[in-house]
Amino acid sequence: MKNRIIVILLLLAPLAVHADLKILTCEPEWAALATELGGDKIEVSSATNALQDPHYIQARPSLISKVGRADLIVCSGAQLEIGWLPMLLRKGNNSKVLPGSPGFLEASEYVKRLDVSPNIDRSRGDVHPQGNPHIQTNPHNMLLVADVMTERLVELDIDNAEYYQKNLVDFHQRWTDAIAKWEDRTSVLRGKRVIAHHNSWVYLEDWLGLEEVATLEPVSGIPPTASHLGSLLDQYGNHGADFIIRAPFQSEKPSKWLSERTGIPAVLLPLTVGGTDQATNLFTWFDDIIDRLLNAAEM
Amino acid sequence: MRTTFFGVLWISLICSGTPAMAQNEAELDVLRTELAQMRADYELRIAQLEKRLDEAERKASEQQDASAQTEPQMQDQANPWQPDPFAGQMADSGINASNPAIGVVFQGQVWSYSNDPDNYGIPGFPLGGEAGPLPQGLALGETEINIAANVDDKFTARLTVPIAIEDGEAVVELEEAWVETMTLPAGLSLRLGRSYANIGYLNDKHAHSWDFADLPLVYEAFLGGQYIDDGLQLRWLAPTDFYLEFGAELTRGDKYPAGGATHSGFGSHAFHLRTGGDVGFSNSWQAGLSYLQADADERESGAEDDPLFFTGQTDQWMAEFVWKWAPNGNNRQRNFIFQAEYMWRNQDGTYSLTDGSTLPYDNDQRGWYLQAVYQPFPRWRIGFRYDRLSSDNPGWEYVGTPLMPSTSDPHRYSVMADWSNSEFSRLRLQYQFDQAGFDDSNQLGLQYIFSIGAHGSHSF
Repeated sequence: MKNRIIVILLLLAPLAVHADLKILTCEPEWAALATELGGDKIEVSSATNALQDPHYIQARPSLISKVGRADLIVCSGAQLEIGWLPMLLRKGNNSKVLPGSPGFLEASEYVKRLDVSPNIDRSRGDVHPQGNPHIQTNPHNMLLVADVMTERLVELDIDNAEYYQKNLVDFHQRWTDAIAKWEDRTSVLRGKRVIAHHNSWVYLEDWLGLEEVATLEPVSGIPPTASHLGSLLDQYGNHGADFIIRAPFQSEKPSKWLSERTGIPAVLLPLTVGGTDQATNLFTWFDDIIDRLLNAAEM
Repeated sequence: MRTTFFGVLWISLICSGTPAMAQNEAELDVLRTELAQMRADYELRIAQLEKRLDEAERKASEQQDASAQTEPQMQDQANPWQPDPFAGQMADSGINASNPAIGVVFQGQVWSYSNDPDNYGIPGFPLGGEAGPLPQGLALGETEINIAANVDDKFTARLTVPIAIEDGEAVVELEEAWVETMTLPAGLSLRLGRSYANIGYLNDKHAHSWDFADLPLVYEAFLGGQYIDDGLQLRWLAPTDFYLEFGAELTRGDKYPAGGATHSGFGSHAFHLRTGGDVGFSNSWQAGLSYLQADADERESGAEDDPLFFTGQTDQWMAEFVWKWAPNGNNRQRNFIFQAEYMWRNQDGTYSLTDGSTLPYDNDQRGWYLQAVYQPFPRWRIGFRYDRLSSDNPGWEYVGTPLMPSTSDPHRYSVMADWSNSEFSRLRLQYQFDQAGFDDSNQLGLQYIFSIGAHGSHSF
């Protein structure tokens, strides 16, 4: 009996030694950012992939166990994950990652949110009173989130503080250079008019000076209807817009339908890392967004 | 700091060094070496201390910077994308101390039956609790009021109060009234109060999240609808890479299949074990096994105006399995759900029959259902369900009583189609062919479910 206990303790021993910081992100872009900042000191996974609509995720068993074992959870917030994250947090039984603790980070709290509309009701669709949650499409926001994410990494893993700080400085440098290049390339896009499938792109539009004239969804969160598409055709049929944008997890049919009848190019843009074959990391993701917009603009 | 330290060191050295002057050179050399070692040692320690101090200072100033960023940088013209003025504060979720999350679910239906549902019964399975067909004709379903909020940093609470129509009167019921811990260590949580028992797959699902308008027959027959009771629920999430959850419950035992709050009000207990995982990005599954032991004292079942009374013990095992598929896990466009549950129970005790006689009863019964629901495109879903019950023969003395099963197993076929404008609204058409009751019955229903206000996230 005694021997058996010792064997069990020996088997458990590796669990007790210092392990990598376990990070669970709600969306792939935060996992990519955590990888930039945490390198090999962290173990990161994302609850969703780029081909899934982060509004509508099942509170799956595999995610419950990940929440239960996480040291840090990073999400976009602003109610983007309200349909599933609260259930995961409740079932995960992990006080380290509850809202308000250092192990819970909502990125949208640390940037300037757009479309904040506290007094709106659901007749305008599935809206988020604290603002549009798709903050990742403005690369300037990425720097702000990188700062606060590094603070949390340092707080949770002080032994590697210097490592995280060094990675942050390095990321700032590379990202700032990249932003300068992107802004240089995209000056021709300023003022272009966009029809978006869902209002997922307001931060990108804000950054590049694009103008969103309409959405394919009649109201936010309600799938496109034939009558709404018909009215868009009437209104924008005569070169009333420059792009029709959709994310990979949104149906191709509505934008294709409108594009074929109006000649406005339909553009698939990766909403996050992994959304296209080219968008393999944070840098190539924005490269690809810009490549695709510029290609469409030349058509 | 360093200077003071060296001062002290030198003074102590001089003091200790004075007698050393008298010693010979060799001893002096030893002392010098020791001193050099000490000095090196202390310098290393001081360097380490300084490093830690620097780090602490840097952290403090960074935090200051971070909090200072919120205001001064708002005027910074160089970068137009500034942090939110409320950066770092909890996003305003609209829920706070004086404003808990409040939601209301409106439900209503119209049902048509080929046989009068008031006379509905399943031979061998006298129904108890809330079980029974939905009312005929136009009717309001349960109007469900939900209130939930965190109590403080350690507890969260939820209240669910359905308002049901019974015999034309609106009756306020108490479905859930629980407080749950949030910060117990080691993956534990404890729930106190009235709650759905965490057994089976459907037992703790609110009516508005069911895929059919009514419950499977096995829930109706074995659990009187859904088993809700007052007491304690302990849940433990194993610290494994795959999902493994264990739960234990101890409750009062006042509701079907328990009754009469036996054992001085500790009449019922239950356990569950649940696991699950993903297969690729597109598939995920969950499987579980639960056990319920419910003791009963004069528990009512059968016809309301002429009930049977059971005194004894119910042992019940439940197995559940759910498989969900969506291309790349993106269930918004298309998805498919397969769900099946099997239950076995033994009831051992005595039945008091309507003629006043009391007979011993020790009988095994089984029931199961399987269902499949498919969403071919956004907003539309179709579903199929098959139900079946079976019972051993409790003894020939039960011939002619509601406890005698019919020669063929009770079963039922259901199909449904529903349309959801948004995640907050749903209309459903359901047809079923029931061969469980005394006579075969065609049943057709139309149901609506609308939800306003805060709407809690759904479990898998």
